[in-house]
This record gives sequence, structure tokens and C-alpha cells, in this order.
Amino acid sequence: MSEMRFTKDHEWVRVEGGVGAVGITEYAQHALGDVVFVDLPAAGKVLAQGGEAAVVESVKAASEVYSPVSGTVTEANAALEDRPGLVNEAAESDGWFFKLTLSDPGELADMMDRAAYDAYVKDLD
Amino acid sequence: MPFDPIREEPLSHSDDTPLLTTPLDSLHRDLGGKMVPFAGYAMPVQYPAGIMAEHLHTRGGAGLFDVSHMGQAEIIGTGAAAALETLVPGDIVGLGLGRTRYTVFTNDQGGILDDLMVSKLAEDRLFVVVNAACKDADIAHMRANLKGVELRLLDRALLALQGPEAATVMARLAPDSAAMDFMTIRELAVAGIPCVATRSGYTGEDGFEVSVPADRAEELARALLAQPEVKPIGLGARDSLRLEAGLCLYGSDIDTATTPVEAGLSWIIGKRRRDEGGFPGAAVVRKQLAEGAPRKRVGIRPDGRMPARAHTEITDLDGAVIGEITSGGFGPSADGPVAMGYVPAAFAAPGTRVRLVVRGKAIDAAVTTMPFVPHRYFKGPSPSGV
Repeated sequence: MSEMRFTKDHEWVRVEGGVGAVGITEYAQHALGDVVFVDLPAAGKVLAQGGEAAVVESVKAASEVYSPVSGTVTEANAALEDRPGLVNEAAESDGWFFKLTLSDPGELADMMDRAAYDAYVKDLD
Repeated sequence: MPFDPIREEPLSHSDDTPLLTTPLDSLHRDLGGKMVPFAGYAMPVQYPAGIMAEHLHTRGGAGLFDVSHMGQAEIIGTGAAAALETLVPGDIVGLGLGRTRYTVFTNDQGGILDDLMVSKLAEDRLFVVVNAACKDADIAHMRANLKGVELRLLDRALLALQGPEAATVMARLAPDSAAMDFMTIRELAVAGIPCVATRSGYTGEDGFEVSVPADRAEELARALLAQPEVKPIGLGARDSLRLEAGLCLYGSDIDTATTPVEAGLSWIIGKRRRDEGGFPGAAVVRKQLAEGAPRKRVGIRPDGRMPARAHTEITDLDGAVIGEITSGGFGPSADGPVAMGYVPAAFAAPGTRVRLVVRGKAIDAAVTTMPFVPHRYFKGPSPSGV
């Protein structure tokens, strides 16, 4: 399954073959403004659902990014080192933060799908 | 991601009192400003262009800032300068007519109560601009301690026009502005509106700060924004611009626990004042001037790209904590992280290697001179024939 799932904290995860790619949503990147640095977890790091996973820095502030699912990091997006602005340009595709092997795919069931997330965001504004 | 774009300390507001607004409040909203609480006021942290674009526009064109939340007052009477000198270490008596000077209010320990700009409109009339967050305390302080002079609070707006195109724009709307040197003041009609302008600012660029009657502030702002060089700039870029310029933010980089000498502001203490004293905390300040301060405010450049924010611990190469970052972030024009903070005198030499503890990780960094981006203040016309 490659459908995206979303958190109330504006992270997304897209799972393919047991590996999830994680990033922040279009709504989140817009609210943050220009991203100047992303502090990413190293491969092998074990993350719990809702635990601190990464930090995204704009000119003004640092914001924590929580892992939407539990698992073990396999890869950080090296492209963000040189081009943190990818998070602004392509938040929900090339601007992904890290990939992880899911330790409990059942966690996905309780997360929002696209339609539910869009409705959630609409209510925030 | 529980992002909170306004959680950084200078932009936070913790109590529940209703926010004040400046005379430009409706203009900010028309322009799409993202309003946040700052020093008790609703202020635009950014406009739709965003902090990065606003910062770069100010360095390349002209940026318009609403700084009406700052306090403006006049000190009137014979002996106004001498009276003010009892509260600040700057040479105000010796300040030339029509000139502006940066100074600080000190306390009896030599700590800094606020920083301010003082301009001499006449021998018996000073114009002062103080920080928004300190203005009530500053006014009470002046009322209690300035003897034999009148303190008149001004209900005026204050606009800053900053950047390499600021002079071009001002010359168009106020031809007399072209004759102004850096750190001078002049009464000036800008777009036909009676104003008092200083050639000064908080960005490291050439520019003007224009005091205008509150009821004509929006008219002035719209006239400036109608110029093709000018865009509105929020508090977010104001902070990144002043950080790159190495300028202190009161409450972060300087406060009652820092002296002017520690803060690297010894240059604001006039020679006569060093000799004579006569300001609060003079004994402490003069001792530090003579013997050196135990710690010093320095520029710090982290290696790599990761910003180190305020309150980040500074350690030596053995990991012992030696100080703290007081302002830090990403410098759009410096194209990298920049910071300032306090270190012991032994670590203050440019080039000294230190480490910064960011989220538990030690980042390599170097002490450096400031500014991070060269100042481009207007220093008068070139001598003819050169």
C-alpha cells in the first residue's frame, strides 16, 4: 500500500513494502516558512510513534518533528543537507525526511487518510 | 510536528492582557501580515513574502518597518543633556546639535536597564527612543531621576526605512533628507507630512527612522510603500537583520546582569565620562574599562549549517560550560548560522575554537568578530574630485 497517512502534528508517512517514508505536510511547510536546516536521525535509530525524530529549522525557530509510526530508521534524506529548501518546494514528495522499517504496521489504521487530514486542516484555519 | 512559529522568546507574550495596537494595525492586516504578540503589542512577524525574502529585500532594496511600539519622548529644559548624563554613560552634553547617539541606561551595578537613541534637537531639547518592553520602566526611571527638566511623552508612530535604496526613496519624498549624515536628526516633511527623521537603524544598512504624528502614520506608510523599491518587513526579518549586523537585542544580549564593557559597548562611553564618571554604576564600569571585564560578548559562527539558538550552552574543547548563546539563528545574507553570546575573556579572541551543545550534540564553532555582514551606513558624500 502506498497511500499516505497523516498525524495531527502535520507529519505524513507513505508505506511501501514495509518501509515508510516520513515528512511534513504542505500545510506545515507553509506555516514554518523558509526551511534552512533539517536535523535528521541516523540510520539504525529506533523511533517510537509520537517520539522526537527530527528538527526542522526556519530562519526564526526550530520545530520538532515526531515520528508518525514506530520503527527503525534505514535512511535519512541526504538531499536535504544541501537543499533544505526542498522541504518547502516538495514537502510531500522529494522533501521527505527519513525512511524507517515499521515495527507495528497496525499503527497506521488509527491515522488520518488524505480526506480526513484535509478536513482537519480546514478546521484549523 | 507541534510547530509554533512564535515560540521564540523575543516574540512571546505570556500574560493575558489585551494587546495594544500601533497606528498601522489595519495596514498590516491589509498587507497580509501575520500578527503576533510582541512586548504587549500586536505586531507583524512577517508578511506573505516570508522572513527570508523580506530580509534579503532589505539588504538589496528598501524595507519598511513599523516600530511604533517603541517609546518616544522629549526631555526639555536648560540642562537637559546634563540631566540625562546622570542616567547614561554617553557624552550627551558634548553631542552636537542635530546629532544622534546610541547609549544605555545603567543601574548602580553597571548593568544595563535599556538601550536607547538620543538626539539633540536643540540645546534644551532632547529626543529619545527606547525599547517597547522597557518603556514604562524607562519613563518612570526618567520621571524619578531627571531633575529640573520636563519629560514629554510623544504619541507618535515610528517607521524605519532601511536598505541601500532607502536614501533614493527618501530623497524623492523628502529632498532635504539627502543632506543628512549617519546619526543625525532633522525635522522633515516626508510626502508633505511633518516628521522628525534620524538617519539610523537596526539592520546594518543605510536608512532612516521617521517619527510621524499617529494620525498620519498610515498615510506616510502608504506613500512609502507606493515607491517601487519599498516592501513591508516584519519583526522576524528585523531580528535576523540586526543579528547579522551584530546589534544587541535588549533582554537577550544585554540586560541588568551585563555591563556595557562586557557587552562590547565600551565605545559608547565618552572619554569625558570615563574620566569623570557620574552615571549609575560608574565605579564598576570604570574598573572594567581599566582592568578588562571578566567576560565578553562575542560573535560565534557554528561550523556547518545547523543554527544554534539563544540559551545554547557554549563549552570549551574539554566540554566544560563557559557561557551561553544570547542570540542565534540563520543569517540569510551570511548564508549560514550566526550567533552571539558571552564567553570568559580568555576565550574572547577571534578564532578561538569552542563547542555549542545543540540538542545534546556538541557542534564545533569559532569565536569571531562582528558584524557578520558589513555595515553600510552612510558616511557622507565622497570628497569632490576623488
